[in-house]
Amino acid sequence: MFDDLRDLYQEVILDHGRKPRNFRRLDDPDRTARGDNPMCGDRIELFLKLGADGGIADVAFQGRGCAISTASASLLTELVKGKTAAQAHALADGFRQLAMTGTCPACEAALADDMERLQPLSGVHEFPSRVKCATLAWHTLNAALDGSKETSSE
Amino acid sequence: MSLDLSRIRADFPILSQQIRGKDLVFLDSGASAQKPRVVIDAMIRCMEQRYANVHRGAYWLSEAATEDYEAARGAVAGFLNASDPREVIFTKNSTEAINLVAHSWGRGVLRPGQAVLISELEHHANIIPWQMLRDAHGIELRVARATDAGELDIEDVAAKLADGKAGLVAITHMSNVLGTVTPAERLVAMAHAAGARILFDGSQAAVHRRVDMQALGADFYAFTGHKLYGPTGIGVLWARLEHQERMPPFLGGGDMISSVTFERSEWAPPPAKFEAGTPAIVEAVGLHAAIDYVSALGMAAIETHERDLVDHAMRRLTDIEGLSLLGRAQDRGGVFAFTLDNAHAHDLATLLDRAGIAVRAGRHCAEPLHTRFGVEGGTVRASFGLYTTQGEIDFLAEALVKAREFFA
Ligand SMILES: Cc1ncc(COP(=O)(O)O)c(C=O)c1O
Repeated sequence: MFDDLRDLYQEVILDHGRKPRNFRRLDDPDRTARGDNPMCGDRIELFLKLGADGGIADVAFQGRGCAISTASASLLTELVKGKTAAQAHALADGFRQLAMTGTCPACEAALADDMERLQPLSGVHEFPSRVKCATLAWHTLNAALDGSKETSSE
Repeated sequence: MSLDLSRIRADFPILSQQIRGKDLVFLDSGASAQKPRVVIDAMIRCMEQRYANVHRGAYWLSEAATEDYEAARGAVAGFLNASDPREVIFTKNSTEAINLVAHSWGRGVLRPGQAVLISELEHHANIIPWQMLRDAHGIELRVARATDAGELDIEDVAAKLADGKAGLVAITHMSNVLGTVTPAERLVAMAHAAGARILFDGSQAAVHRRVDMQALGADFYAFTGHKLYGPTGIGVLWARLEHQERMPPFLGGGDMISSVTFERSEWAPPPAKFEAGTPAIVEAVGLHAAIDYVSALGMAAIETHERDLVDHAMRRLTDIEGLSLLGRAQDRGGVFAFTLDNAHAHDLATLLDRAGIAVRAGRHCAEPLHTRFGVEGGTVRASFGLYTTQGEIDFLAEALVKAREFFA
């Protein structure tokens, strides 16, 4: 009945959705931001620890959401650790492009490996009402890096 | 008399549609219902043959359009068994109807310090206007509790009316999330005994059972055309004339005045006083056709059919492992909100969509109610219309079992 949905719900997504990585609070975060999707009640809180060089030394999240928003946040935490703010912003931009259109032709070669790991989420572009689920964590990341506290994917 | 479902379904052009190669199973009528051919045709005929602005031109077409618009008012009055068509005010939807009462009657008649009693069962449309009135006009907003079964806690209603400070009770006649039908007659008696007026949000109830204004004895009753198989853009506020007389206008403009100078204007008599500007003429004609349609089937027959659907859904849904249903009210209509243990509401709705099943996921404009029942995210809601079949409910149940396996 749902076979054609295996494109959207690939095993990676179901796995990260069920067992999100870095799903905890950071004790002494340098930055936090909350993301809200008022339409469906998804809500996440993202915590960043910055290194001496301003890069992302540690990242974790908490909250509740659907499989897609949880998997997206979980993958985010795995990918942005160790990046500079500029690199993280660039990845967030690339991911938004991927979620909305299914590809990111403009993405730099330096992002290729990360984009490859995010590829399983590209299927959301066929589900306009679900794109926001996938991008919520990334909006929240941008907000945390920019020092604003609240963001909404509406 | 029972409904002939295959004939009825043929009356609704959209239902014969396939979506991505699957038969459409439309289980979101609680959000907005589909339209029968007669409604569509009536609106087309209005625009092709009998359309002009109303209440204005001394020419045949305008008179014909005015006649049709006022006939729609008469049809609504008949549908509600109102004692006078002037009790029927056309609005844009229920939301506007409730805002009209809050703004006009609320500011014009309620005194600061008086209270408005709503309940935990309310749709945002029957919460926010009263919060706005509270903030602008200094009234107190009280909220009657719902029981764990999702029924209105009548003792709590009584307790919150006991000090006589409530000037208005504003309560849903049927919850758009739990399906709970509230004990309307009893609430009218309680409100009046406490010296309060009473408004019902009938957005859901008026669609599923016969409502009778003369028998009910309420003060205000709101419903919305698009849930009653009519078009969007038209709703109804039924209000007793004695209240309308005391209410200042809501919006100002054309059609709602009897004389205008730059110094002062005189208001037109009710209900025109509350219908400023060019009204939803075509939509009123569509609503009239919808009312004729459900009346010809018979509200009693519709209610019986929907009761069978509710019983069937109750059996099928409660059988599903991991499914928890919000609310178990004794008296309920065809609205079922639930969660499934391992699947988020949004994921579930996407899955069901792929099977051709249209349901809603989220909090259904009733966030406090979801909080009350400890549901932080959202629920999936399946809601029925007069065209819903038991087969569709079976299909939903099978899809839910498979969805659970999918996410296991
Ligand atoms: C109980 C209830 N009240 C109010 C409304 C608002 O109706 P409308 O959006 O047509 O104003 C709805 C439907 O959305 C409803 O179910």
